[in-house]
Amino acid sequence: MVEKNELLKMASIAKLKMTEEEAETIVKKFNVVLGTASLFNELDLEDVEPSYNINSVTNVMREDIPKESFEREIMLANAPEKLYGCIKVSKIIE
Amino acid sequence: MNFETIIGLEVHAELKTKTKAFCSCINEFGGEVNTNCCPVCMGYPGALPVLNKKLVEYAVRAGLALNCEISLFSKTDRKNYFYPDLPKAFQISQYDIPLCKNGSLKIEVDGKEKVIGITRIHIEEDAGKMLHGTESEDYSLVDFNRSGVPLIEIVSEPDLRSPLEARLYLEKLKGILEYLEISDCKMQEGSLRCDANISVRPVGQKEFGVKTEIKNMNSLKALQRALEYEEERHKRILTEGGTIVQETRRWDEAKGITVSMRTKGQADDYRYFPEPDLVPIVLEKEWIESIRKDLPELPDEKRKRFVKEYGIPEYDASILTLTKELSNFFEACAKGHKNPKAVSNWVMGEVLRVMKEKDIELKELNIKPQSLGRLIDLVDEGVLSNTGAKQVFEEMYKTGEEPEVLVDRLGLRQISDEGAIIELVKKVLEENQKSVEDYKKGKTNALGYLVGQCMKASKGKANPQLINKILKDLLS
Amino acid sequence: MNLYSLTLHEIRDKMRNGEISSKEVLDSVYKRIEEVEDKIGAYLTLTKDYAYEVAESIDRRRLKGEELGDLAGIPVAVKDNISTKGIKTTCASKMLENYVPPFDAHVIEKLKDAGAIIIGKTNLDEFAMGHSTENSAFKITKNPWDLERVPGGSSGGSAAAVAADEAYFSLGSDTGGSIRQPAAMCGIVGFKPTYGAVSRYGLVAFASSFDQIGPFAKDVEDCAIILNYLYGHDERDSTSLPAEYEDFKAALNKDIKGMKIGLPKEYFAEGIDPEIKDLVLNGVKVLENLGAHVEEISLPHTKYAVPVYYIITSAEAFSNLARFDGVRYGYRTKEYKDLEELYVNSRSEGFGKEVKFRILLGTYSLTSENYDYYHKRALKVRRLIRQEFDEAFNKYDVLISPSYPIVATKFGEQSENVSIAYMSDICTVPINIAGIPAMSIPCGFSKGLPVGMQIMSKAMGEAAIIKVAHAFERNTDYNKKKPSL
Repeated sequence: MVEKNELLKMASIAKLKMTEEEAETIVKKFNVVLGTASLFNELDLEDVEPSYNINSVTNVMREDIPKESFEREIMLANAPEKLYGCIKVSKIIE
Repeated sequence: MNFETIIGLEVHAELKTKTKAFCSCINEFGGEVNTNCCPVCMGYPGALPVLNKKLVEYAVRAGLALNCEISLFSKTDRKNYFYPDLPKAFQISQYDIPLCKNGSLKIEVDGKEKVIGITRIHIEEDAGKMLHGTESEDYSLVDFNRSGVPLIEIVSEPDLRSPLEARLYLEKLKGILEYLEISDCKMQEGSLRCDANISVRPVGQKEFGVKTEIKNMNSLKALQRALEYEEERHKRILTEGGTIVQETRRWDEAKGITVSMRTKGQADDYRYFPEPDLVPIVLEKEWIESIRKDLPELPDEKRKRFVKEYGIPEYDASILTLTKELSNFFEACAKGHKNPKAVSNWVMGEVLRVMKEKDIELKELNIKPQSLGRLIDLVDEGVLSNTGAKQVFEEMYKTGEEPEVLVDRLGLRQISDEGAIIELVKKVLEENQKSVEDYKKGKTNALGYLVGQCMKASKGKANPQLINKILKDLLS
Repeated sequence: MNLYSLTLHEIRDKMRNGEISSKEVLDSVYKRIEEVEDKIGAYLTLTKDYAYEVAESIDRRRLKGEELGDLAGIPVAVKDNISTKGIKTTCASKMLENYVPPFDAHVIEKLKDAGAIIIGKTNLDEFAMGHSTENSAFKITKNPWDLERVPGGSSGGSAAAVAADEAYFSLGSDTGGSIRQPAAMCGIVGFKPTYGAVSRYGLVAFASSFDQIGPFAKDVEDCAIILNYLYGHDERDSTSLPAEYEDFKAALNKDIKGMKIGLPKEYFAEGIDPEIKDLVLNGVKVLENLGAHVEEISLPHTKYAVPVYYIITSAEAFSNLARFDGVRYGYRTKEYKDLEELYVNSRSEGFGKEVKFRILLGTYSLTSENYDYYHKRALKVRRLIRQEFDEAFNKYDVLISPSYPIVATKFGEQSENVSIAYMSDICTVPINIAGIPAMSIPCGFSKGLPVGMQIMSKAMGEAAIIKVAHAFERNTDYNKKKPSL
């Protein structure tokens, strides 16, 4: 069972704001959904390989041949804030 | 209390493929900001990655050169964390099944060979670059040109026992990557980056001490200095009965200290899981073998060959083969040369000295290996004295002129005409009867004095070996 | 007969033989939209100017005597999570309210090449997460059969648009049933392709390993035509199948005598509305009468599908949606004093409840302590579910089940009842988990609301589905029924 506090911690990791009340309202649903994983306990999965690509496709690679990049104006057209050809964010001190 | 130091290194090398790891944008250092970008490397919604084959090939090349097992089956994983330079908010990397594992690298410490284990080599992508303004500016800027540039991360076992060993390991590793021609390995530009984990423990203790991770070391020297500082810091804290805090620390080159970093951009847990937009990498043995067959000669092999082919000492050979450039320079000069040992002395002496003093790369040194070869010939032929040759060498890298021209322009040609030297010696003997008598009485020191006087009389241009011989002849 | 109420192939024929122009077709559809869109609310964006430009160019080409393909001049609606260059692609999220993609999705390139006319972008549950299209940040879409009910979801706008004759066909995306379920609820054909058959390039990802783009169509023939255009290898999508793609029109008008049909009993079990069960079984009877062999079978791993689905999709969603951070594009909060606030406020204000909920599920199940218990086991069970289907398809050409256990719900009903929203996925999610194709086709009405029958085949076996579905459609008339609007 996941506790409310755990949920609040997850929210902060996912960069989401959540009040205690909001956590309260979803914690039950959260546990219902995740709780269904206990069904797997019935299965012997020891020797089963995890599936990565469902069609077992492997080795999709491209040749190392350059193609033209997008124009900067186009790539920055959606930027909420930009400056000097760059994306602008809050000051970060390293 | 006596302590033992434990160090492990994580080295990131940017690979010099033509294109980025997962899109076809150019992989290029510098360039105007945000011009080598597309929806894939800027993490646009709906854009998908496609793996660059060259990245896998280069990583396998590194793996083979570092004696790794190459995984016939591997996959990519997502490493999730938020940071403005990471456009998808995850880095495509490899988690539990790296491309290469269980390798090793030999270093030489105090003349003894030591094997350092390599835990793994995996492929991943680089992040963009944060540009920080001046203090008065209240913003930072992001440039995504570097976003998606292919990297390999090479993780060593905690087998290094001193900052010097760490440096030797990195130096050797850097050399190998350069030999393989897969990375520029420029620490200043960041195409080779090294993080170090260091801990100390009382001698005899089995468990490792608490470690700290050190970042931001931009040269081999900085790595050694930072680790020396950190080693002392750990020892001091432990001696004083304190405890080490497990943390990431940043090397401040200017102040010569490490400082604790706040853990920005570091998640509590990276929540790795298999990258669903890419498919597993399954390699065929034949392909791996074909890469192995095409591996260039590596430093260790080259060192052995130099000893055998050129008859130079093991020590010389190990210095000369550290970087591909230097080894090529030596070989171009020594091949067909009558005196390879002299070539080795010159390369290890003057060439390295000048490079170090001027802080320049070999290719910036304006000297062709053939020209150096001929300079050494001039010494061997008695045309130039050793000191004269050094003067010529100085001029050569300044002006790029040939040694033959410089000998005369600098007036350094030695007098090797025996008749002229006999006359000169006779005159000196006449003027220094006292010394002649002393010598004949058995004071051998007098000979040196007389040689000196002869050199002086010739204004330094006489061949000292010839003077010696003639003096002895005339005095006997 | 109004032009807008014809099928794609009917309108294609009329344009080919010169009866009508593409512009007239467009006029008719936009007129229809004007008439009913206020009631339905299928569209988020209409692209009228662009559409008329294309229509005129198609008409010019046709006049010049150029031979044009099946889709030339056909108006199509596109789910608003499929990137359209220069046209807003919002994912029905405040996060992308003003986002204009700098590139077209692969399927959009294909549609454009084929001369199809994009007439608008349709509503969905935010980022395709939901079953009712109620999770849209912008509007609700109503079921054309009953305006008090949901059209299903998440591709509810695309389904409603076709059902209400506001488009000849539309594109949706299906991660756990998001095409088949609204198709069933709106009484039209919906198709979820084999994983990898249609490139995902440009589809804003919800869960990368399950997402597939597919069509909504007015009948099976239309569906076959559209699939021919959507399918094909794309080197920009590493999971795209490098297979031979067949002509699905060749599977139309075929005899189904001797075909083997399996009825997985787990899909008819408790929880399925008995009327729906009966309608589907009646449909199967039609096929049996046409000479198909029908047998009940068991797929015992079915019960693990829902947890596998929620664990994997939430993990992938957590990661796929992390890029919406207010930095490069999309919504950025007005209120922030540092980077952390920029992130947290932008994401908290930009995402809706359901999206946040799924992100939290993934954040939790992927911690290093939880990974093995949740994600790794889910990846293992996914393999078992696929294997079980592979074995079934060794014996059967197609499997048939209800598309969805219930008919369209009333607004608000799903959010009040967790088990409706989360447990009714039992018929649809196993198909996404296994990566196989499936169609929902109308098979009757329950209390006046449409019911869908799901036909599944092995991976890349869609021809068998088309064959069976077309035979069914030729012998029934459910697809001809229209809602009265």
